[in-house]
Amino acid sequence: MKRLWKIFKQGIINENPLLMLMIGLCSALAVTTSVSNGVGMGLAMTFVLLFSEIIISLFRKVIPSSARMPIFIIVIAAFTTIIDLVMKAYFPELSKSMGVFIPLIVVNCIIMGRVEAFASKEKVVDCVADALGMGLGYTWVLVGIAALRELLGNGTLAGVQVMPASFQPILFFILPPGGFLVFALFISLNIWLKGRMQKAEAKSAAKAEEVAA
Amino acid sequence: MTKIFIIALLINNVVLMRFLALCSYVGMTSDVGQSIGMGFAVTFVTVLATAATWPLYHFVLAPLGLGFLQILVFILVIASLVQLVEFYLKKNVPGLYAAMGIYLPLITTNCAILAVTFENISNKYSFIESIVYAVGASLGYLLAMVLLAGVRERIKNSPVPGFLKGTPILFAATSLIAIAFMGFSGLVK
Repeated sequence: MKRLWKIFKQGIINENPLLMLMIGLCSALAVTTSVSNGVGMGLAMTFVLLFSEIIISLFRKVIPSSARMPIFIIVIAAFTTIIDLVMKAYFPELSKSMGVFIPLIVVNCIIMGRVEAFASKEKVVDCVADALGMGLGYTWVLVGIAALRELLGNGTLAGVQVMPASFQPILFFILPPGGFLVFALFISLNIWLKGRMQKAEAKSAAKAEEVAA
Repeated sequence: MTKIFIIALLINNVVLMRFLALCSYVGMTSDVGQSIGMGFAVTFVTVLATAATWPLYHFVLAPLGLGFLQILVFILVIASLVQLVEFYLKKNVPGLYAAMGIYLPLITTNCAILAVTFENISNKYSFIESIVYAVGASLGYLLAMVLLAGVRERIKNSPVPGFLKGTPILFAATSLIAIAFMGFSGLVK
């Protein structure tokens, strides 16, 4: 259980796919103009990641290593098609506002990267923990960026007016340049967080040593 | 026709306005030469992919009612196309292969290419319009790559504030380039 928790935790800060590994950036910036888009994209992505990892982990012993890339792509594309059709059928508005970025989950490097580096080697249970951790790591960043951009650029959060009426929305944050700037600040924040966590860990390790001595 | 080209190249620049292909945008711009190589490789494959997927959709998938397989089929077509191009260049045009070869495997997962092929279908472009759109969009990618590579060479010798060191400064710089590109938005009515 502890091991699974450790795998799960990795994706959230230390190996955050967006802020640390710098992969899967396109969708993260393009859809984060509103919180609902961010949540939708995060869940869609987690769904595809989870099921692709499960399937590939189940079949990891039968997939010949020379043909693994095309097989991975087909599995990922199948789940992407499923989520694309589901979103079109049940959330037509959300699907429209995200446009081409739902089908583009198929070339999202996070999925390919995790499937190649993790699911093709590890047990199914570990893969579930990994997929959920990475998915959550992706979603929190998306929702964070989206919340900041929507709040400053539109004065709302998930469509609900939160800023006082006298607040003049700063359109810049909804526009593409604002997306880039907010993302820069988020990477900076994550580097700081990681540094603090490592320092705290080093401190507690030193303390433990002292006690032992 | 020129309208489609200008919109794809400047107004809706794939990288700066639409956030496509950001992975290679950050990963492959550490020097100008490299960014030009990657840019042309992407241009080449985008045009080829458009030429292959447009007829495939309109003459095979659509008449058979298999439109929903679009994602699966297009990604496989692009992946195999990249492989074929690699083999062909290696054997017949070694000079070009030496210049572009190392970038080809990376291109399969370049989302700009896949997005362009999808949009040609969803915008209902004719074949010629699709090619023009593909050329415009991929040259826009090349332009953005070269711009960032140039800026990065300057950043190397500049005092960057501590909290922006590393990747954050790249995105901050991109934000400024994107503001400049917003000025193009009135270019086509």
